[in-house]
Amino acid sequence: MHEMMVAQNLLSAILEEAAKHNAKPEAAKISCGKLNAVNDETLCFAFEAIAKGTLCEGVKLEIEYKPIQGQCKNCNQQFAVELSCPRCPKCGSEDFQLQPDAPLMLEEIEFQTE
Amino acid sequence: MQKIDVGKKILSANEEYALRNNRFLAEHKILCLNMISSPGSGKTTILTRTISELKGKIKIGVIEGDIQTDIDTQRIKTTGAPAVQINTNGACHLSAAQVNSALGKLPIKKLDLIFIENVGNLVCPSAFELGENYKIVVLSVPEGDDKPAKYPAIFAKSKVLLINKIDLLKAPSPVDFDIERVKTDARKLNKGIEIFPVSAKTGSGFAEWCQWLAKSVKNLYS
Repeated sequence: MHEMMVAQNLLSAILEEAAKHNAKPEAAKISCGKLNAVNDETLCFAFEAIAKGTLCEGVKLEIEYKPIQGQCKNCNQQFAVELSCPRCPKCGSEDFQLQPDAPLMLEEIEFQTE
Repeated sequence: MQKIDVGKKILSANEEYALRNNRFLAEHKILCLNMISSPGSGKTTILTRTISELKGKIKIGVIEGDIQTDIDTQRIKTTGAPAVQINTNGACHLSAAQVNSALGKLPIKKLDLIFIENVGNLVCPSAFELGENYKIVVLSVPEGDDKPAKYPAIFAKSKVLLINKIDLLKAPSPVDFDIERVKTDARKLNKGIEIFPVSAKTGSGFAEWCQWLAKSVKNLYS
């Protein structure tokens, strides 16, 4: 249940931006790598719970999962790794270097306008 | 409605601590391994045997992560190695900040190798960098041979896979466990992963594992 910790960090990041722009946030877009072990439903649930009574109450979260990237050791091709059958789409090699997973990012916030 | 691009890392606080830990360990030329597995896979038993086997050759310290109790720290201390306990009080993984404060409690100048035994959990700890050099995943025979396929993240990110409790594979084995399936599935996502089948109970496979440790300690900062 580390989504609660992620939700807390997310809440403070959004509140910080809200104070900067002096506006009420309505929605936020976040992104993360597929290996990040963040479940979208759990994160939304945790966020909803801790956002109650703050400026972020009711903020809708949208989560985009970034594919896992690999680099083929045979032909150097960068490609999105399919977990069920990982291989280079260009040369078919199964020898590749997994790239670091995309970090959890707060990408975008939508604010209410008067 | 007004849209604002933010582009800010959400777990940057953890990452900053992880970087700080990593620099600190490099300054002291210490190899640091973050050990991750399900509860009951035998992490602590692997550690006590590893420490005993490498006594006089490599100086090892341990950071123990558990939700409650210092049972594991007490077990490590019986080997004579220094150990520090972190209790997460419910949290499912160790954070880099917790490791940072634990590092301050170990006799750093006297160590070559630090094991961080993470909270028993095959999912969450894989997402939190602690400043380690490598992750080590432990899978024990009774857990089943389908775990690399079901929990790919930790097998994809680890440098080493220890398959523990292989003494249970001796015929007539009480468990159905296809060790080749584990190796194939783990290597599908992580071709370079080092795999050591071991039994922390009998000591089988420990020569190869300890040899890898000795080599890694020697090569890391040379």
